Amino acid sequence: MLRGGVIMDVVTGEQAKIAEDAGAVAVMALERVPADIRRDGGVARMSDPAMIEGIQAAVTIPVMAKARIGHFGEAQILEALDVDYIDESEVLTPADEAHHIDKWAFTVPFVCGATNLGEALRRISEGACMIRSKGEAGTGNIVEAVRHLRAITGDIRKITQADAAELFDWAKQLQSPLGLVQEIAETGRLPVPLFCAGGIATPADASLVMQLGAEAVFVGSGIFKSADPGPRAEAIVEATTHYRDPSVVAKVSRGLGSAMPGLEMEGLETKLAERGW
Amino acid sequence: MALQGAAAEHIAALRRLGARAVEVRVPSDLDGVGAVVIPGGESTTMSHLLGTSGLFEPLAERLADGMPAFGTCAGMILLASEVLDGREDQRYFSAIDISVRRNAFGRQVASFEADLEIDFDSGGSDSGGLGSEGHHEPFGAVFIRAPWVERTGDSVDVLATVRAGSGSGDAGASPQAASGCGRRDGEVPVLCRSGAVLVSSFHPELTADDRIHRMFVDMVGSRDSG
Repeated sequence: MLRGGVIMDVVTGEQAKIAEDAGAVAVMALERVPADIRRDGGVARMSDPAMIEGIQAAVTIPVMAKARIGHFGEAQILEALDVDYIDESEVLTPADEAHHIDKWAFTVPFVCGATNLGEALRRISEGACMIRSKGEAGTGNIVEAVRHLRAITGDIRKITQADAAELFDWAKQLQSPLGLVQEIAETGRLPVPLFCAGGIATPADASLVMQLGAEAVFVGSGIFKSADPGPRAEAIVEATTHYRDPSVVAKVSRGLGSAMPGLEMEGLETKLAERGW
Repeated sequence: MALQGAAAEHIAALRRLGARAVEVRVPSDLDGVGAVVIPGGESTTMSHLLGTSGLFEPLAERLADGMPAFGTCAGMILLASEVLDGREDQRYFSAIDISVRRNAFGRQVASFEADLEIDFDSGGSDSGGLGSEGHHEPFGAVFIRAPWVERTGDSVDVLATVRAGSGSGDAGASPQAASGCGRRDGEVPVLCRSGAVLVSSFHPELTADDRIHRMFVDMVGSRDSG
């Protein structure tokens, strides 16, 4: 029920209220936004339960929280806290270099990142209920999100053109279950919703990724690292709804103050999107 | 109404039934529209976007004039006459005389599926209803962070109910529900109709069973022909 909406990273109850006021469909409760995780370095872990509960108490919309890749211990804690969704996220430091969480073992739904279709299908086969293209979190740079979204939707389009024999090769190339590949050939879409994350900083960015096939957007550092978070949050919500109407996106883009500064890909020491297997 | 949420699934269901369905996001989209479906999603988000898009007033006027409406989950909240556990500034249309409690069955992990006994005869009684088949099969209903109906006015027909503890399995009613509702051990309405307005706590658009959409299309059709 998050479709067509904006999910916003928040680190305090106050920020969660600003997000809800602006029309967010959900908030992601975390201790540091990705831009700060990137700056601070060190091991990034699941947030303090007290902090997550504070955010649950502050808003009426769904609350998500992040567990490290493969860290089912953290995921069990988040489920016990009654969070609405768990993000098994590359933004945190991975806990397992081979295995993702067996998400079928949980009741709470998971969202997972992917940079290409094979990764997306492996996450779905592990039980993910939603996929988000990873982009490069904490950069305010949309280029990686576009690359990953196009990689996923482009391969889906190709698979719909493949004949039955070619689907076996697609499954092999994608290192993914044949059944999921056959399903995509038939439906022309992922079996779960496809969202977009990593680098969205402006209403225009939201409009771009929605037009490229995203069904909802995650905004991490882009809101609370900008000059004036409330109006920017509201504008990104508007742009996500009216993404096909440039006049609305133009209207809401006016006078928002400066966006988060942003980073070039060449200057990054760590590419978060490369985490996950 | 395609401001946010599962509009695409409703459009697909309506088109399967031969209805003409369009997306409504701004007031001019309402031109030529004879009935509205408000989908599941986040009611606070839709309320916010109804304000910023300028859609609230024209849609409220049309509903007050008797335009048929079908609301599922968040859509039921938006059509209700009273919203409990919502935001204070939440907008709603008061198109059907019910009080709904938001997220009454609990958080996401308390989401559930239930087979509902639905009286399709009663629901479609003045509209021709369904054919003879499909009346008595239970309806597989999906509840996600669902609201429930806490009060119904005299004009409202209850077409289906579910046990209040359904959201949390063997554990009984969820904490949220238990704290605010004295009816937690009983059956609560989850599908209601009053005049040309139909509302459900659950998401018929997420399943392949089109009977409830058929009921709404028939309601609209009988109105147009009558």
